[in-house]
Amino acid sequence: MMADGSSDVCRPRDLILWTSRSRFGSSSILFSALSLSGCSGPHSALDPAGPEASHVAHLFFVMLIAGIIIWSAVVAALIYASRKKRVYSEQSAGRVILWCGAILPAIILCALLSYGVWLMPAVRPWLPDDQQVHRIEVTGEQFWWRVRYLDEAGEVMFETANEVRIPVGQPAHFLLKAVDVIHSFWVPSLGGKMDMIPGRTNPLTLMADREGIYRGVCAEFCGQSHALMAFTVRAVAPDEHEAWLVERQVPGPRDAEGLAVFLKNGCGACHAISGTAAAGRIGPELTAFGERGTLAAGTLPHTQEDIARFISYPERTKPGVKMPHFGMLPEDDIKTIAAFLKELK
Amino acid sequence: MKSVIPREVESLWTLFTAPTVWAIHFLGCYAAVAVYCAKAASLDFGFAVVRLALGGLTVLALMAIVLSAYLAWRQWGFGSGDPPHDEPTRRDRTLFQGFATLLLSGLSFVAVVYAAIPLIFIAECQR
Repeated sequence: MMADGSSDVCRPRDLILWTSRSRFGSSSILFSALSLSGCSGPHSALDPAGPEASHVAHLFFVMLIAGIIIWSAVVAALIYASRKKRVYSEQSAGRVILWCGAILPAIILCALLSYGVWLMPAVRPWLPDDQQVHRIEVTGEQFWWRVRYLDEAGEVMFETANEVRIPVGQPAHFLLKAVDVIHSFWVPSLGGKMDMIPGRTNPLTLMADREGIYRGVCAEFCGQSHALMAFTVRAVAPDEHEAWLVERQVPGPRDAEGLAVFLKNGCGACHAISGTAAAGRIGPELTAFGERGTLAAGTLPHTQEDIARFISYPERTKPGVKMPHFGMLPEDDIKTIAAFLKELK
Repeated sequence: MKSVIPREVESLWTLFTAPTVWAIHFLGCYAAVAVYCAKAASLDFGFAVVRLALGGLTVLALMAIVLSAYLAWRQWGFGSGDPPHDEPTRRDRTLFQGFATLLLSGLSFVAVVYAAIPLIFIAECQR
């Protein structure tokens, strides 16, 4: 469910109740529950939380209804043909094939194609340069997301990873890049997907019209842990977003002991924490890591135990990950680093 | 009266006429829009000119396909015989080719119309 608890597009419970009264029995209930479980939640194109996603959902339902009508007509014709004893001439059959098999489908497809093309500008809105207030550069890397917030001049204000924050009711302009292979940026609740291609910058504008946490995924197979490359989008009130942008640029308090262990073991060679000697750019930025809701690009819950587990053996959680395992470090060091990261603001 | 169109066509190439016209139209549309949008800043004319030119190309393509369909229909004997025309005779071979060409012309006609639909809805180049 979304933050405000609404899910108007699809109501699985109603449909389950309906099937329970029907003669299809328990198997229908199970089937309905399984097939409709994707109708709501933070990761559903059928539960839109923004205008772009609403248009995508609308397009889906128009195509679905058109498909149901055509399928029903074909099945009805099939049943009629199998039960009717009357014999028709070959000429009549040929006429039916010509009209129902060629001419009508061509006209219907033409209408649906026109509708889809007409809808396209709304599905993929274009924001002129002077209206690109919230510019966020997202780079896909195997298997995580580098997120940079840009200022009006296009300079990087700060960097983070695997989590994006946007203001509700204001369009966010994403500049999508990739450094290794092709990835694809997709937040089903907010809009359609956009590929991230090495050497190119693809723009995408998304807007959330209600507060909430939405899940995004990589929608283009990019390697072993492609399915474990997710991120979250937090849509917050504009005032809260502005305050967060300012706050994020000022380094928060650091636990000196935890930071010392972090630096002693060389973590800073790959990871950066603003305001410290850790300035590595190979792995995800860890500043304000404690604010994130998930770990390892949406793969693990954000608990101290999971952080320690991931530091020790990242390959066991994410096959193909570039981070080497640190299981050889003293257990106390790993625990200290995990505790330090968990509280890092 | 002497006809401009040959009375009889013996070549297999007539079969490919309509799909070739579709392919040229398809490439023409995509190449023209892509080149225009890449160079729009240095060109003196707007997208309406491209839209109009491609509209003209679409009409020409559809006319060529209709002509191809008419020749195919004629070759098929204006529908005087029913398919499948599978006897190993010269007549059946000609009729089969005519019928197949007619079907391909229909398919190509629809394909050209579908390829031209975005021309109506494209607002401008995004940059």
